[in-house]
Amino acid sequence: MAEIKNYTVNFGPQHPATHGVLRLVLELDGEVVVRADPHIGLLHRATEKLMEHRTWVQSLPYMDRMDYTSMFVNEHPFCLAVERLLGIEVPIRGQYIRVMFDEITRIFHHLFNLGTHALDVGAMAMVLYTFREREDICDMLEAVSGARMHGAYYRPGGVYRDLPDSMAKYQVNRFKNEKTVKELNKARDGSLLDFIEAFTERFPGYLDEYETLLTGNRIWKQRLVGVGAVSPERALQLGFSGPMLRGSGIAWDLRKKQPYMVYDKLDFDVPVGTNGDCYDRYLVRMEEMRQSNHIIRQCIDWLRKNPGPVMTDNLKVAPPKREKMKANMEELIHHFKLFSEGIHVPPGEVYAAVEHAKGEFGAYMISDGANKPYRVKLRSVAFQNLAAMDEMARGHMIADVVTIIGTMDIVFGEVDR
Amino acid sequence: MSVKLERLCKNLSEIFRERVQSLTLVGGEVTLEVAAADYFEVATTLRDHPDLRFEQLMDICGVDYVAYGRTDLVDFTEGRSPRFAAVSHLLSLTHNWRLRLRVFAPDDSFPVVASVTPIWNGANWFEREAFNLYGIMFEGHDDLRRILTDYGFVGHPFRKDFPVTGYVEMRYDPEQKRVVYQPVTIEPREVTPRIIREENYGRG
Repeated sequence: MAEIKNYTVNFGPQHPATHGVLRLVLELDGEVVVRADPHIGLLHRATEKLMEHRTWVQSLPYMDRMDYTSMFVNEHPFCLAVERLLGIEVPIRGQYIRVMFDEITRIFHHLFNLGTHALDVGAMAMVLYTFREREDICDMLEAVSGARMHGAYYRPGGVYRDLPDSMAKYQVNRFKNEKTVKELNKARDGSLLDFIEAFTERFPGYLDEYETLLTGNRIWKQRLVGVGAVSPERALQLGFSGPMLRGSGIAWDLRKKQPYMVYDKLDFDVPVGTNGDCYDRYLVRMEEMRQSNHIIRQCIDWLRKNPGPVMTDNLKVAPPKREKMKANMEELIHHFKLFSEGIHVPPGEVYAAVEHAKGEFGAYMISDGANKPYRVKLRSVAFQNLAAMDEMARGHMIADVVTIIGTMDIVFGEVDR
Repeated sequence: MSVKLERLCKNLSEIFRERVQSLTLVGGEVTLEVAAADYFEVATTLRDHPDLRFEQLMDICGVDYVAYGRTDLVDFTEGRSPRFAAVSHLLSLTHNWRLRLRVFAPDDSFPVVASVTPIWNGANWFEREAFNLYGIMFEGHDDLRRILTDYGFVGHPFRKDFPVTGYVEMRYDPEQKRVVYQPVTIEPREVTPRIIREENYGRG
């Protein structure tokens, strides 16, 4: 009789289905996973330590690089925390702009998750469709911040600038003739808000297309239904949040329960799953995209009607206007102090959390009154989700591990920090 | 909101009485400090008591307070003591309130606090992280390995006396045909100095 031993497989860190640099040591009994041990830290950049050596505003762009699939919403907890320590209010228009971009990046993130999740499971086409829409969103982010991804657009006290009145247009070149360019520029004649509105009109149709491709798809369901099921009790114990918690049937959404910015003035629903498996979490994310679309439309309506400041006028926090700075000594001094020494944040500590696309993304900050944070701790969602890998993968087939990684929504910028 | 948080403060002081080392409500956030000896017991009560019900642990964060409020610290033995703290953020879904729970490790040279992994299983990786970055030992944690640093990394990089540049750097050596570690070759530099201003500075 042959001796049967468990077999250990090294999965990653360069496997495309690991969404980056996850090294997973899997102990297998035949094809069944007996133990999964994730090794992380291959993308560790010590962001939190670096922040201790940068001024408050210099630290902000690091936040974009946390979860690099949903950039602007990452900046939000950082700004909220600094604002709470300083005790300043964001002007209402700034709040609406933030909420709008939070939701735009939520769609941006869920599209990425949907595309790559389907790609991992074997539905090649999805990623091509979702990245088509992501391209439009990249253009929105570029129009408002100047960068397609890492915008550094939210600042303590508001947002960096108001929404632009025009969109960048395509031009005829060797690869695009006049007809193609005209087609591409169709929605770009008006302001950024017009462009976003045109997107929100198209988007529900795209979502229906995705649903046709996946929701009733037999293969998709065979790969997802019943895989990685988590009971509500375990989800709480494991510290899940966001779609991972809602997929298990717990209706918990910070936008509803502990509203920040203007979420209490907006109308939206929170989708909840029942079985807590990968398929339910997929359905939750699909519905969240529809709800985000709905929120964006409300923000557009409000922003069209209500012009106003987008940044606080407190010169100890926000830089002065350029033209004033050139004519006025006091503004000049403020500008100089702000960019050489930075903001001084009063001593204290604060924990600010937002409902990120993945779940509760929080920033815990300790200030000792200096121009730099004393300690910043970023509560990343995917880190916590990945910690449950062993429990979720145990007893499943090796192919299901890929499905579970997909549903966990891990992005290594955020896991490793 | 603040009425609710005052009720939480009242509940906490009634339930824990003399075990409360400090209890503050600042800016809509409640902070509770307990001694390392009471930590585990307090955490269990925080989860199970019907008037508290903190079902979820959102975060555990290691903190090194050695240079708090100081910009001139050269010798790190002269800094604040106790140095190391584990700060957890708890959330109650039932009552919809949050709590910050801080526990200082009594011994600076060998910081130990109890592990809360048996109470909230999600604490596992947070404690591994705090151990890795600050060297705080969590007693009762069954798998306290390094997590974020390189295999074989020496030291606890987030301690205040650990330089940002680190001690070793890594490069490929074409002669030995492998990756080698060597002492860092870059000079440490600080672009913007760390400054703490007196109160009301610049508010003429």
